[in-house]
Amino acid sequence: MNLDILSFENVTFTYDTEDGTVLPAVAKVSFAIQPGEWVALVGHNGSGKSTIAKLMNGLLFPQEGSVKVMGHTMSEETLWNIRSQMGMVFQNPDNQFVGATVQDDVAFALENNGVPHAEMVERVHEALHQVKMADYKDHEPHHLSGGQKQRVAIAGALAMRPKLLILDEATSMLDPQGRMEVIETIRRLRESTGLTVISITHDLEEAALAGRMIVMNEGHKHVEGAPKDVFKRGDELTGMGLDLPFAMRMTHLLQEAGVGLQEEHMTEDKLVDELWKYYSKA
Amino acid sequence: MEILLEGVGYSYAEDTPFEKRALTDVDLHIPSGSYTAIIGHTGSGKSTILQHLNALLKPTEGVVTIGDRKIEAGVKAKDLRKIRRQVGIVFQFPEQQLFDETVLKDIMFGPLNFGVPAEEAERRARELVVQLGLPEDVLEKSPFDLSGGQMRRVAIAGVLAMEPEVLVLDEPTAGLDPRGRQEIMDLFHELHLTKKLTTILVTHSMEDAARYADRVAIMHKGRCVVTGEPAAIFSNEEQLGDYSLQPPRSVQFQRDFEKRTGLLLDSVSLTEEALAKNIAAALSKGSDDR
Repeated sequence: MNLDILSFENVTFTYDTEDGTVLPAVAKVSFAIQPGEWVALVGHNGSGKSTIAKLMNGLLFPQEGSVKVMGHTMSEETLWNIRSQMGMVFQNPDNQFVGATVQDDVAFALENNGVPHAEMVERVHEALHQVKMADYKDHEPHHLSGGQKQRVAIAGALAMRPKLLILDEATSMLDPQGRMEVIETIRRLRESTGLTVISITHDLEEAALAGRMIVMNEGHKHVEGAPKDVFKRGDELTGMGLDLPFAMRMTHLLQEAGVGLQEEHMTEDKLVDELWKYYSKA
Repeated sequence: MEILLEGVGYSYAEDTPFEKRALTDVDLHIPSGSYTAIIGHTGSGKSTILQHLNALLKPTEGVVTIGDRKIEAGVKAKDLRKIRRQVGIVFQFPEQQLFDETVLKDIMFGPLNFGVPAEEAERRARELVVQLGLPEDVLEKSPFDLSGGQMRRVAIAGVLAMEPEVLVLDEPTAGLDPRGRQEIMDLFHELHLTKKLTTILVTHSMEDAARYADRVAIMHKGRCVVTGEPAAIFSNEEQLGDYSLQPPRSVQFQRDFEKRTGLLLDSVSLTEEALAKNIAAALSKGSDDR
């Protein structure tokens, strides 16, 4: 029995370009996501992340291999059924609003799918509550901050009660506060509902919160694993245009400056701790 | 080139029921050759200010002086071409403005429009593509066949091709991966130094403001509330907090370190490199003293 909520099996995709160059955007990529996981898909610009997102929701179909969602192979026939079970939040919060008020916007997909009015009201309320935007239900989306807009977009996805939520660079256009709001919302949602989340990002601080990271490089899957294991690859990641969490960068810089730290630290707290111990022992 | 804002106010849709005030009594002096970072919370008026710097918006109150040109409220401003050429703006997500068939044509568009001979415009385009770290064969490609990061660089080349004296950058690296971000910021800094540009960076990144700028202006609710040197601005956490801003990460870590160890660092650490050096120095001095 296949328990994967989403899987890529040997997927290859190449874009047609005018000058006929053929470099696959995604080459023989395989991975599987189990229910309840939070997986971060990271990679530099042009690494194939966006193409993978489009393959996940059927905007593109693989030329080789297959994409399966909840046991169904993605195709023209299964597409609509599959999409109704996944929510997607995109990069630009301004490009995904259709409603005149926050609640109209969250209700949009429900209305389109013919959900009865009473149930719709309930679901909209619940979804807005989950992202802590219930107080804003009558506001115009365009007057919200970036972080609030993305939370409303998440509510719109949640109202459809998806099995899987995909965030495609959903924090990359936000200011630091907006980014925090969205990450906090995802964290809370995961705690309360156990929703499966795939976040496509190059914010490594965001990726560090996920249970598993998949690192893409030039169209290939480079490595996957728990963030703390993946980050051990230090220079290998920076060489691919990625970054390390702040505490790890500082650990390396301090070592270069002659501070004899023993461990690599993922968080600031632990790094300050070791510095304090180092100082007290010196 | 110097830019001076005196008593500048701006309202969108003035004299209509939709009037919305964006700027109030802004005084801001941008000295020639300076690198000024404009920071402020979302909605503080940063983007509105930016559009005054090359007269895309004209003040509804006060005066904006750009080089030797005065743009005054209530006075019709004629012939702004020269200002538009002298002050180049890299808007947020500039790749959305790409339009031409090939990268070469797209980069040449601006200079040609300002009367630069085709030969010279092409020379600049070829040089810029290399400078921005793009492969040379990109010139004949359609800009729409490029990756997002490459499109960004092409769009930036299009602004640089006009050889502006003032470069205004509105979150130029938003959406780029970490390496792309650093490469582009380093390039702007190098251009700032070698071409003696006046650079204005509008950003949410306190880290970039602290690392690159020599002056910082804080916008809050449509007013320019503080200007000063980065070291002064970013060591005053209380003031930053008043305007819903946080110090750069290196400064936050410095405070955590100081609190925990009781050691005070010599200066405010505006970059991670400076922080590492300051901590190393404090640790060795601290242990010598005991």
